[in-house]
Amino acid sequence: MEKIYDVVVIGGGPAGYTAALYATRAGLDTLVLEKFSAGGQMTETQSIDNYPGFDEGVDGFTLGMKMQAGAERFGAKTVQTEVLSCELSTQPKKIVADSGEILARAVIIATGAGHKHLGVADEEKLVGRGVGYCAACDGMLYRGKTVAVVGGGNSAAADALLLSKICAKVYLIHRRDTMRAEKVYHEPLMKAEGIEFLWNSEVTELIYDKRLSGVKIRNKQSGEESELSLDGLFISIGRSPVTAAFGGQIALDGSGYIIAGEDTKTSIEGVFAAGDVRTKALRQIVTAAADGAVAAHFAEEYIATL
Amino acid sequence: MAVIKLTKDNFEAEVMNCDKPVLIDFYADWCGPCRMVAPIVAEIAEEHPEYKICKVNVDEEGALAEKFEVMSIPTLFVIKDGKVADQSVGARPKAQILAMLG
Repeated sequence: MEKIYDVVVIGGGPAGYTAALYATRAGLDTLVLEKFSAGGQMTETQSIDNYPGFDEGVDGFTLGMKMQAGAERFGAKTVQTEVLSCELSTQPKKIVADSGEILARAVIIATGAGHKHLGVADEEKLVGRGVGYCAACDGMLYRGKTVAVVGGGNSAAADALLLSKICAKVYLIHRRDTMRAEKVYHEPLMKAEGIEFLWNSEVTELIYDKRLSGVKIRNKQSGEESELSLDGLFISIGRSPVTAAFGGQIALDGSGYIIAGEDTKTSIEGVFAAGDVRTKALRQIVTAAADGAVAAHFAEEYIATL
Repeated sequence: MAVIKLTKDNFEAEVMNCDKPVLIDFYADWCGPCRMVAPIVAEIAEEHPEYKICKVNVDEEGALAEKFEVMSIPTLFVIKDGKVADQSVGARPKAQILAMLG
């Protein structure tokens, strides 16, 4: 007979590995499916300063590896594979991954979110040719160059600050007239050398030959259009949830997040959503980890009823 | 097989004069997504002797990164008969990397 895991966790970020930690400590046979290696979105952050217990900050890759090691210490297993589709309403639940089929009594979805795209023409084509989503990864390749960051949240602010230390000039293009980023970013942004704000502005077109050479910008108030010469454009306008493998089975909200409350219970019994993929007010590493613990608790409760 | 570290000195011999498909992983030590893809690339090197698997540290080998116009890391290239046959930007799952090589 094919093996049935008590809990299969899809996604190896902070929600996933915290769920695995709690599930294995509760004596459940737990498998984590991760398409790369541990950490998820955290790996794109060089210094995480708002996860408690790391008083000098920690880089996201290291934190991810530590979370994995913490769960594996109690017997959680990881398979490196990409989940393609699922049958979530049956018992056991069936997960189809590129490594084969996996059966589980309960499923915890912790797939997180990916970068949201700007939605301008030829954006995808220019990724790696001047358009990027990870300043911490690609910033060094723009040393001494002119770049722009699009966005107004924490990641846009952090990206602009990071790039200002590397690049000759950083434009911050934001569609509003004030940053949405937390206060802690405001003063450093204003003080940083080489950052110029373009408020009430949106990118309407990417200008390129072989690689990006600039963008067209429209001022939303005046309607005025202008061109900006750039070597690089970093898009930091938020995230979109990763739910393609669950399409049509599970209830999603208008933005594509899996509908689940603080109990992480989804529209399907025995299926839980933890971390950034779930509808929630604050998407942080610490809240993702908290979701993982809650999801493991209710998965344990659900399995006891089977 | 181990992953071969490319330099401007061994590039010609290892990549251009190779009759197997070659995968090149452009990376840096400080880049999280690069560190995520590294074990996958290493695993492919172990499991698939029919391919040659190489990596380029963009900090140390700026000229190679420039030659391939690498503007984002990780970037993966597949070279067949000395020509770029495929390329992709960002971390990729194993199955996708194997499909690029195949």
